[in-house]
Amino acid sequence: MLNTDQVAHIAKLARLGLKGDEGEKFSRQLSDILGHMEMLNEVDTDKVEPTSQVTGLINVTREDKEERFCQKEELLACTSLPIEKEQIRVKPVITQ
Amino acid sequence: MMLYSLTLAEAAEGLKSKKFSSSELTEAVLARIKEVNPGLNAYITVTEDLAKESAKMADEKLAKGEVASPLFGIPAGLKDIFNTKGVRTTCCSNIIRDFVPPYDATVVEKLKNSGLVLTGKLNMDEFACGASTEHSCFGVTANPWDKERVSGGSSGGSAAAVAADMSFYSLGTDTGGSIRQPASLCGCVGLKVTYGRVSRSGVTAMASSWDTVGPFAKTVRDAAIVLNVIAGADKRDSTTPPVAVPDYTKNLGESVKGLKIGVPKEYFGEGIDPEVSSAVRAAIKEYEKMGAVVKEVSLPYTKYALAVYYIAMPAELSANLARFDGIRFGSGPKGKTENLVDYYFATRSEGFGDEIKRRIMIGTYVLSAGYYDAYYRKAQKVRTLIIEDFKKAFKDVDVLATPVSPFPAFKIGEKKDDPLAMYLADILTIPVSCAGVPAISIPCGFAGSGESGAKKLPIGMQLIGPQFSEDLLLKTAAAYEQATEWHKLKPAL
Repeated sequence: MLNTDQVAHIAKLARLGLKGDEGEKFSRQLSDILGHMEMLNEVDTDKVEPTSQVTGLINVTREDKEERFCQKEELLACTSLPIEKEQIRVKPVITQ
Repeated sequence: MMLYSLTLAEAAEGLKSKKFSSSELTEAVLARIKEVNPGLNAYITVTEDLAKESAKMADEKLAKGEVASPLFGIPAGLKDIFNTKGVRTTCCSNIIRDFVPPYDATVVEKLKNSGLVLTGKLNMDEFACGASTEHSCFGVTANPWDKERVSGGSSGGSAAAVAADMSFYSLGTDTGGSIRQPASLCGCVGLKVTYGRVSRSGVTAMASSWDTVGPFAKTVRDAAIVLNVIAGADKRDSTTPPVAVPDYTKNLGESVKGLKIGVPKEYFGEGIDPEVSSAVRAAIKEYEKMGAVVKEVSLPYTKYALAVYYIAMPAELSANLARFDGIRFGSGPKGKTENLVDYYFATRSEGFGDEIKRRIMIGTYVLSAGYYDAYYRKAQKVRTLIIEDFKKAFKDVDVLATPVSPFPAFKIGEKKDDPLAMYLADILTIPVSCAGVPAISIPCGFAGSGESGAKKLPIGMQLIGPQFSEDLLLKTAAAYEQATEWHKLKPAL
């Protein structure tokens, strides 16, 4: 149901790179899974509302007030990356 | 009797009456972990020094009589999905293998305020996706009853740690069965709460409209004690409604006379191991002996629940895991990359395991233009019909009794590369998750006792109630537990 080209396209959209025969393997497995989902088509849902929240809560709000969650020192203490001038030095993303 | 084999309630009583100290309890559990964890792989991080230090501090407070909580000074490990300040929290994924959170999850904070002695973090399927812990980047957790078999998942480490006396209680998460199924496979108590009953702040999200947090315990009373501490609304989690938290231990020991128990025929059909259904049917007979009224009911949309779940869950998961890109979360790829997109591709391809990749791709597919209505919206509509099924059933009966898992613990490797077969392990727990109602898994027998040479494997019964009926479920479960001895049996390790 999902051929290797479609799998490659979905993987690209999801920012996943596929290696070697992964495209073929996932094509087989995802087709199996999606095939099972086809059974939903036999259910008549024309007059049924969709559910996205099961306890009936709507528009839960809070006061728009700033709260300091973590101190700078607490954040710096958590990283395994090098710290310079009280900042975390991240890896270079672009190395051209 | 060794200290580590006490129940949580017994340990709390012993601390209160000064029969032993928190340090002694903690030493006993740490020694137990050293003894049996290498063969089981339930703990993936052991916080020995931290545990000893917390126990020492707990003893000082206990000596002063300043202690109110029954959890005070009790050692426990937690699933590695709960943020623990300063203690590595990996979700058992290579992508955040070295992540150290700067804050505690609300539930961890609550447990610490109640005197938690944290012994470490427990194994799970990567990002809670799986039914066997075989999808953990730290390898599988073996079942304490038979090490050639899985402990279930995704909270397999939590279940095995409690069953093997390496933790007096534990916390797990249950999205489609991840507490109930491993509890059933390992022979301990596991409670999946009503959606929103327990805060999920600081717990890595899998599928946001399904995820719940709940306890593992050696007895029903122990589970109630833990729920008393962790339940309730949280301003950091807007999905926790302001529903009052009762004392969940209050009704334990009450009679179930006159209680109406529904037996849904769809949960005893094809694909259910005969030993499993006969053990659960025998347990239902036990309730009849105690004066409960048993009635057959029907939940006709049950068979569609798996399909609903495997559309809606991956959709939500793929969105939730988008933040693991090597910039916001994760430390990035091993090698060098030439541009930002390559950096994302390399990070996610290296960091995620196959099951996560499969689910992200399914989620991406069912949410993509042209497929949203056919898949995601359709699934949300059928979800409504499954909810209606439960509502109708609960007009007739108080609770439902079913098996938890269609089969006892399966062999390691048996289903790992057959995703659909693995998904079927949750076929009896997923409908409950669809409706956001609570359910408890309790030991109700063993499989394999008939065969010569076969190891005995625990079987679990699932009791399901309407939303926010955890007190009724615990009371009902406790009545069965008191009438039987299953929960007292321990694996030979």
